[in-house]
Amino acid sequence: MGIRARLAAIAGGIILLPARLAEPLMAGLQKILGIKRMPWVFLLPNLLAVMLFSLLPVAINVFYSVTGSDRLYPSERPFVGVVNYETLFDCTNYLDASTCSSDLFWRALANSLVFVPVQVTFMIGIALVAAVCLNREIRGRGFFRAIFFFPVMLSPVVVALTWQWILQRNGALNGVLTWLGVSPVNWLVFPNTAFFWSVFVTVWAHMGFYTIILLAGLQSIPRDVYEAAKMDSATNWRVFTRITLPLLKPVLLVVFVLCVIRSVQTFDELYVLTGGGPGSATMLIVQYIYEVGFAVQPRNFGLAAAASLLLGVVLLIFTGLQLRLSRNSQNG
Amino acid sequence: MADVALSKSGSSMRGLLSARRGRNRLDVSDWLTYGFLVLGLLIMFTPVAWVVLSSFKTQANLQEFPPSILPYSSETAMVGGFDQPLPLFDVTLKDGTKARLAQIRRVGRNAQMIDPENPGAGRVTVAVTDAVAVRKVRLATENYTNLVASSGQAMGRYVYNSLFITTVATIITLVMNSMAAFALSKYRFAGSSVALISILSTLMIPATVVLVPTYLIVAELGLVGNLWGVILPTVATPTGVFLLRQYMLTIPDELIEAARMDHASEWRIFWRIVLPLSSPALAVVAIFSILSRWNDFLLPLIVLNRREVYTLQLALNSFQSEFEIRYDLLLAMTTLTALPLACAFIFLQRYITVGVASTGIK
Repeated sequence: MGIRARLAAIAGGIILLPARLAEPLMAGLQKILGIKRMPWVFLLPNLLAVMLFSLLPVAINVFYSVTGSDRLYPSERPFVGVVNYETLFDCTNYLDASTCSSDLFWRALANSLVFVPVQVTFMIGIALVAAVCLNREIRGRGFFRAIFFFPVMLSPVVVALTWQWILQRNGALNGVLTWLGVSPVNWLVFPNTAFFWSVFVTVWAHMGFYTIILLAGLQSIPRDVYEAAKMDSATNWRVFTRITLPLLKPVLLVVFVLCVIRSVQTFDELYVLTGGGPGSATMLIVQYIYEVGFAVQPRNFGLAAAASLLLGVVLLIFTGLQLRLSRNSQNG
Repeated sequence: MADVALSKSGSSMRGLLSARRGRNRLDVSDWLTYGFLVLGLLIMFTPVAWVVLSSFKTQANLQEFPPSILPYSSETAMVGGFDQPLPLFDVTLKDGTKARLAQIRRVGRNAQMIDPENPGAGRVTVAVTDAVAVRKVRLATENYTNLVASSGQAMGRYVYNSLFITTVATIITLVMNSMAAFALSKYRFAGSSVALISILSTLMIPATVVLVPTYLIVAELGLVGNLWGVILPTVATPTGVFLLRQYMLTIPDELIEAARMDHASEWRIFWRIVLPLSSPALAVVAIFSILSRWNDFLLPLIVLNRREVYTLQLALNSFQSEFEIRYDLLLAMTTLTALPLACAFIFLQRYITVGVASTGIK
């Protein structure tokens, strides 16, 4: 027996044992409840977990956002009303972050407003080109696919430390620049370059995921459409804009929504890579929530909760809008 | 595909490259494709390769600028009368002759050297610019042995914790999500769309946003500092339910009807018929679950507050803050943390592409 077969047998044994125990239990349940109620039995564990660890936390967050003090337990937190929201929106001039009482929030918001569109554009653009290239009949396709997906496997900490190691003053990038006769740069010390690299590193780390999804979309486009285009001797560019893009639109939409949501939530990589610095040049909205709620003493759970609820509402509206748009375009 | 060109083309390399196009030359789009892919290969792969290579460098070698590509280490020699081994240098002496000397100490732009073969000849003062360190390529595996030695038993503990969390959470995720997906795809019942929406709506909730309340709930369950405190909050993944449901919708209902005729219980239908048929989708969910559990950082950071329950990621992060410029250990630890997934990836990457393609993200 080969190693793979043996491993499969062991894994199968581990998984099947509880199943054998579950079978009489579930059959008994079915006798008591009847087939009609069985779907709820199947749903129950998942619904319980979802409620306990997703929906309940949101409710608690609402409670946090209208209460004050730095205490964790709800019974120790006095009600303060909309003070936390007022603090966030307390600005004399909304276009100038320094006139706001929580200026860091507005800086983080402004950073996110630049970061998200730029990152999403590059992410989807490059992932699409990569997917189209990897979908062609080329040598070493499997190898290239593997390489493009590889960084997705790495943890955010590893990604950040890797690039920190390359971008530091005595790092590999500056080494190459010196060799080319260009003077070294402190990449993560200047706001503009730090911002550039924060976009670059996050695109680098997550691009493979979207490439794979787009690749799957490309492969679901029927071959004969392309054959027909070939008959008409259409150019590659024309085939791409007239056939590939329109047929890929539903997948592109999924990728776009996923990409925006995850882009807004960017935290781990930048937290380890730049720590939000220099100053607050690469601090995004989720890091602001983390800083206010956990890093800065005294912990302001109320303000963090208010900011995170605002973020949640914005994301919800955005996704709803996207779904509405996609439904309209599919009908029309 | 490979029907032409190989025999026709004079140069085998060109033949290889053009074989698939059925022509003797590559057209512009081929060049662009290969150009893009090779550039991508460089950008995607060199950073990781660089870290792995750097993890085999000695501390002195790591601090050099510009950095050397291969890991070098200075050669040293024991000289009579000195406790420590001394670094060796190739020196051009004032009279033009070359010699291999050992450096005792460096003072400003001069260094005091001694001949290791003949220590009795006395010390020589040499300008630093005239001396070149004697080096050879050597993998500094002591980075890894030091790492394991300095953490002692702890390293095994971290690996065990990470493995335990990843395995248990993935198995629970698979069973739980496929049960829910089965209910949502194969039954018509009042409230099914409400259930689906409430599960999918959690996709919108960023983990960081509900961090404080999640911590509160884990604390109330008495699971702070417990591996289960990291496992339970993450098992019900909305994407998993969605992917599995989409896949199970493609399984014909007649199969289930037939099984019901044979008096199979609903659980038996789920476990013996639907689950095996969903294995491609299950594989995808499993891979993504393994990835995110192994790489998870923020939740463990908050819940696992004792060293004994640290995961590899937490240990890596604490390494970075504890030993400020111990890059030798940090790089070795980084490589070790990324290694298991890299190995798993080599085996699994085929299934990822095929699996995602067949799970109906459309």
